[in-house]
Amino acid sequence: MKAARLLVTALRDPETVAGIEMADWTALLTAARAERLLGTLACRLDSRAVPASVARILADARAGADEERRAALWEAEMARRALAPLGIPVVLLKGTAFVAAGLDAGQGRSIGDLDILVPREALGEAEAALRATGWEWVKENAYDDSYYRRWMHELPPLIHRDRDRMIDVHHTILPPTARPTPDAAALLAGAVLLGNGLSVLSNEDIIIHAVAHLFADGDLSGGLRNLWDIDRLIREFDGESFWVRLQERAERHDLRPAVERAARQANDLYGTPIPKRWRVWDSGDPLIKRRLLARDGWGRQGYPFTRLYFFVRSHWMRMPPLMLAKHLWTKAIRKPA
Amino acid sequence: MRHRFSVQVGAVGFRIGSAWRGPIAALERLYVGYPKPDVPDMTVRLFPEKPWRRFARPSVAISGDFWLPDAAPLPLRQGLLAAEMGMNLQVALGWRRHLLLHCSAVERDGRVLLMSGASGSGKSTLATMLALRGWRFLGDEFAFVDLEDGRIHPFPRASSLKNEAVAAVRSAGGAVGPVLEGTPKGMIGYWRPPEIAIARMTEAAPPAMLLFPRFGRPENVERLAASETFMLLTQASTNYVSLGEAGFGALTRLVQDLPALAIDYPDGEAGMMLVDRLWGET
Amino acid sequence: MRYAADPPAARLTIALDELVAIYHRPSGATHLLAPPAPELLDALAEGPADAPTLLARLSRQFDLPDADPQAIAARMEELVIAGLAWRA
Repeated sequence: MKAARLLVTALRDPETVAGIEMADWTALLTAARAERLLGTLACRLDSRAVPASVARILADARAGADEERRAALWEAEMARRALAPLGIPVVLLKGTAFVAAGLDAGQGRSIGDLDILVPREALGEAEAALRATGWEWVKENAYDDSYYRRWMHELPPLIHRDRDRMIDVHHTILPPTARPTPDAAALLAGAVLLGNGLSVLSNEDIIIHAVAHLFADGDLSGGLRNLWDIDRLIREFDGESFWVRLQERAERHDLRPAVERAARQANDLYGTPIPKRWRVWDSGDPLIKRRLLARDGWGRQGYPFTRLYFFVRSHWMRMPPLMLAKHLWTKAIRKPA
Repeated sequence: MRHRFSVQVGAVGFRIGSAWRGPIAALERLYVGYPKPDVPDMTVRLFPEKPWRRFARPSVAISGDFWLPDAAPLPLRQGLLAAEMGMNLQVALGWRRHLLLHCSAVERDGRVLLMSGASGSGKSTLATMLALRGWRFLGDEFAFVDLEDGRIHPFPRASSLKNEAVAAVRSAGGAVGPVLEGTPKGMIGYWRPPEIAIARMTEAAPPAMLLFPRFGRPENVERLAASETFMLLTQASTNYVSLGEAGFGALTRLVQDLPALAIDYPDGEAGMMLVDRLWGET
Repeated sequence: MRYAADPPAARLTIALDELVAIYHRPSGATHLLAPPAPELLDALAEGPADAPTLLARLSRQFDLPDADPQAIAARMEELVIAGLAWRA
């Protein structure tokens, strides 16, 4: 079986790993690491039910995830201390939000940069406050800078000079040039205080942002992890009138087709419970599924042509065509010899 | 991948996949007699940078579970070096079962001598020459410090000797081979550890002394304060930060218990005599 | 300016020699501190305090003939930058 398939099956039904052969364990663990799902898998599996050499690898992955969690929460606290004097809401996004809010999606999750959402009109102050407390530009480069400022949904990334950790300061969850235009004011208005001076998005908005991240932020690489987030979030938030609220909210953010597509994929791959009326056939789904399952047992991504299509597509979604051409051109001539 | 090899070295099970037969054949020769892991801990991939580079001026790109974005590919005739670098990279970036110190390690009478230093300090050469005189060779690249009890676990890879060290080890009676010329690090010769070091690769032992050698200087010995040793070793560890509290516990225990000395020595022979003398005094 | 710090249980403290190694659990960062920095952190266990109050707390335990609050404030600012304390 293809390694990505083994991974999806192990996450979905952890007890099925009992019958896995040694060679398949290697493929499964390698694919899980490459998809940044090894910590998650380690938290799902019962160490007593796996071979000793596998149990050791899983224990390392759990310890690693614990450290990532601690580091992520500390970065959030550092950002809170830096931004507290401004009196603006600081909304945690993605992995840091999951662990700060104690969500299932945060169990064992690997977390890289800190992503926060602040009101657009406060971007300048936020940037100044962060730079005053040790964050610096990753690269001094006029093109990238103006590109970010004009076309992206976040400040150019900042990195802390002592802790070597990145922060992405967003003012919305998709670039202004993308076709769907999420309602940034509604995202902020719906945010929920955690009681430590930090906030997270509302339940529905957390899912919608995870969907935006899955489809629009990149070429679907890392998609299995993003889709796993969506599965865990849906299972945790499901309840009275949840699906109606999710649908309305997705409508408001201009992302209803994307949310439905992600829910169908999650249902197909991870068995996420979704309402019957959401289960429709769509000609685009098989290609996306094929792309999501491209990882092999050596940790490589297969299907270069599928990947190229998604690369072009993801840039297309971010920028209108003429801008895309300009962007690719500028990237091409800047490429070092 | 088309060609593959796996090997257990101390605590670490490796798997190496390659687009070419050459690097795998070289690994099979260098690691003959080493055990095999059932499920390897770390994967290395050696592959052509671009598909056509498998045949045309083949150059070996190095990747795996962990990688560096700017790692330069190597020519195919240096495929063994690529594999060794890939294995080092996985351990340096990914290992967290022990505290890793960039040290060579040898053992005598059940106690371990650690030697830390940058490339060119002579730590590899000293460890190799001591092994030729009856010390048990634990490794020349990484010391694996047990997070629970502080013992040093062997990692008896082949020692990679650079430039003059090849001749030095040969004149001390060591068999060096294969030798790669013109690598980014100059000439590199591999020295295979004695069979006893390989057979006892699971036997850990407590550390007894830590040296910071510097080759090519007039003889001098200086005792280091625990706080200074602590600072030097945090810099000499590739995974101290990622281990969190477990790393702090292991490292503070190590520097509190262990005599640490900075030693300067003019040449290999003088270095060995100095080590013998200091070891006798501990 | 008043300062606060995490409770002592948030820190693992090992005296190496004249320097003290501190593992700060919330951040995972290691610090090597010289006196009086470790003592200042411990003195904050009683609760947030300004520099003169901290000096008074330290004087209960140590002989401090020529200590002045400004030097204490300077050490505290260093601890704030290190993430071990904050302005309350």
